[in-house]
Amino acid sequence: MNKNLQEQIIRSSGVNVLKCMRCGKCSGTCPSYGEMEYHPHQFVYMVERGEIEPLLKSESLYKCLTCFACVERCPRNVEPAKVVEAVRLAAVRQQGNNHLTPAQIPDMLDDDLPQQAIVTAFRKYTK
Amino acid sequence: MQRIGVFVCHCGTNIAATVDVKAVAEALGHEPGVVISQDYQYMCSESGQNLVKNSIKEHNLTGVVVCSCSPRMHENTFRKAAAAAGLNSYMVEIANIREQCSWIHKDIATATEKAIILGKAAVAKVHLNAPLTAGESPVVKRALVIGGGIAGIQTALDIAEAGFDVDIVEKNPTIGGKMAQIDKTFPTLDCAACILTPKMVEASQNEKIHIHSFSEVADVKGFVGNFTVKIKKKARFVDETKCTGCGLCTEKCPMKKVPNEFNMGLDNRTAIYIPFAQAVPKVATIDPNYCMMLKNGKCGVCSKVCSVGAIDYKQEDRIIEEKYGAIIVATGFNPIKLDKYDEFAYNQCADVVTSLELERLMNAAGPNGGTLLRPSDKTHPHTIVFVQCVGSRCDDSKGKPYCSKICCMYTAKHAMLIREKYPDTEVYVFYIDVRTPGKNFDEFYRRAVEQYNVHYIKGMVGKVTPKSDGKIDVQASDLLANEQLHINADMVVLAAAIEPDKTARPLATMLTTQMDTNDFFTEAHPKLRPVESATAGIFLSGACQGPKDIPETVAQASAAAAKAIGLLCKNSITCNPCVAHSNELMCNGCSSCEKVCPYGAITYVDKEFRMPDRTTAIRRVASVNPAVCQGCGACTVACPSGAMDLNGFSNSQIMAEVDAICK
Repeated sequence: MNKNLQEQIIRSSGVNVLKCMRCGKCSGTCPSYGEMEYHPHQFVYMVERGEIEPLLKSESLYKCLTCFACVERCPRNVEPAKVVEAVRLAAVRQQGNNHLTPAQIPDMLDDDLPQQAIVTAFRKYTK
Repeated sequence: MQRIGVFVCHCGTNIAATVDVKAVAEALGHEPGVVISQDYQYMCSESGQNLVKNSIKEHNLTGVVVCSCSPRMHENTFRKAAAAAGLNSYMVEIANIREQCSWIHKDIATATEKAIILGKAAVAKVHLNAPLTAGESPVVKRALVIGGGIAGIQTALDIAEAGFDVDIVEKNPTIGGKMAQIDKTFPTLDCAACILTPKMVEASQNEKIHIHSFSEVADVKGFVGNFTVKIKKKARFVDETKCTGCGLCTEKCPMKKVPNEFNMGLDNRTAIYIPFAQAVPKVATIDPNYCMMLKNGKCGVCSKVCSVGAIDYKQEDRIIEEKYGAIIVATGFNPIKLDKYDEFAYNQCADVVTSLELERLMNAAGPNGGTLLRPSDKTHPHTIVFVQCVGSRCDDSKGKPYCSKICCMYTAKHAMLIREKYPDTEVYVFYIDVRTPGKNFDEFYRRAVEQYNVHYIKGMVGKVTPKSDGKIDVQASDLLANEQLHINADMVVLAAAIEPDKTARPLATMLTTQMDTNDFFTEAHPKLRPVESATAGIFLSGACQGPKDIPETVAQASAAAAKAIGLLCKNSITCNPCVAHSNELMCNGCSSCEKVCPYGAITYVDKEFRMPDRTTAIRRVASVNPAVCQGCGACTVACPSGAMDLNGFSNSQIMAEVDAICK
């Protein structure tokens, strides 16, 4: 349990995780569900429990499409995607952590990928 | 100068833990006019009351101030104690040092200071109190029940049983309400019509019960024991006294494409119709939105076939006026509209239905004669998914904040009935929590799981997608297995939240009763007065007060009837003497008070006055009917000349209290 990180996530997301009634509709509606290690409802619950570190390390952060289906449909207005985004930001802002190196790029390239996407990815995932 | 006694209550530790009661008694003892000031552990106890009574006699008190709990709790206790000791009840004032002081403060010093100030204000008021005598007003021995569902029917039957006349006002052409649309009832699975229709018939046959169907309450005036109500009898274009309910007109009517509201629009009816076979009264009604004769004067078939000449195309809305001693509200509920929940595809797919629609689909008098078929292609569904809590337990922006209470049970019922009748059908129920408090309720739900093998899945449906092959893809989460499911379903049933009927809010305004933010009527006390409204003489029956199942509704209906009977039994009731009165010399006849009076208690009269120059002049002045006035004080605030004043809460008394607080 990391109180500081928990507070940071709650503050930067603006989400009150205690409003969650654990219905699981966010995960029921999530189009990326199959790709994710931690699912939207788990994000909310783990932030409530202060288990932020596993989330920070998880690939799930980058599988969320930010489509906001969970935000739109959550009966309690908890806005799980904002929690995911806040954890993502916390990961990006960690000092000295690069999530993408230039060496990884050639493998990822394909003909349809616009150059701009590569630049954006660098901005987002490197420090 | 009054001789005032002050009595400070400890209320155990409720007050004494936060307020220094001895210091309060000591401080108030020095106030002008106070001849005795005491504290005691429980002032409301018999020995506490005796302390008040003995002090009144011993010290010849002319006024009493009790520093204790809210006057809503024990004002009556101390008024009666004072009366027993020979002091006028209205010479007693309560300073609320519990709810308004000890319970809301933590610091003893500030709480004590505030308690003293509240006590001083009460003392200042008692100085200006005058003895008041309560009058009496007669009780009209007739009750009005608004709404003819199971709640209204039960209330009316009980009141009639006690020997009083009852009128039922029902907005639809027949009584019966939602229960008439329900197929089977939980937890016994007996047929709803089989237990409801005998009661409907009993209501129609009881000579004390008068049913005004297809009618609405248009206006309510008056007060407890003496309400005057205008009832609008909507034109049904059929003479109720002549129509025999033979139904020939409904067979011959050429306008056959009218959505049948009794079957939730799942099939059609004719423009002239009788809602269902057991309707009470069994009288036809013409729907003016569809009748060709009423719309463009061409048809008249029903009039030609009617052997008793009951059809009257010229009928108009009629207003009747009646007096009542008590009014019981039984306006009931409706499922919410599901338009804003796009994810469940209710508006896109005919095979996504609400639970009430499913009731009709399974009912013998429903669109398929009791065989469960998909509305889209009339085939047997083999996989059915139930979704719980649709619009219930939501954030205010997304739906209703409350639990609708009945859905868990009726869903278990539906699931069980389907598995019983069609064992080849797989039934899935997605739930957040299964809530089954009630006698034999959890056992019922367990039967659905263990005996009928209904698949209960903890999780919520996130998305419903109609597919081109007629199937429906249901995407949902299974929280216990931690996976996302896709179910290839034939039908989806949504347990829509329930909300109070739309007619309830305007009715509450007419009745000057209170509602909560969800438009449910507010009871006078959530625990101790659950069937009375805060307005005297208005009682609450059934789901208009909160979500309820049938047994609870019937219990509350009978309880409301008992309360109403208790009122109707009396020949007269004691009035509140704290009513408004107008100082005719100061009144300028502006009508401001008349306009704000919610009870219609103020009238204007022309009165002769002797003027200073010995002439007489006729002036228009306000006059208050003390039997109608409820002492709300709206007129005293509205009066620009200060002529209007309230007994027991006069402007000078209020100002004395304010002065004492600000001193």
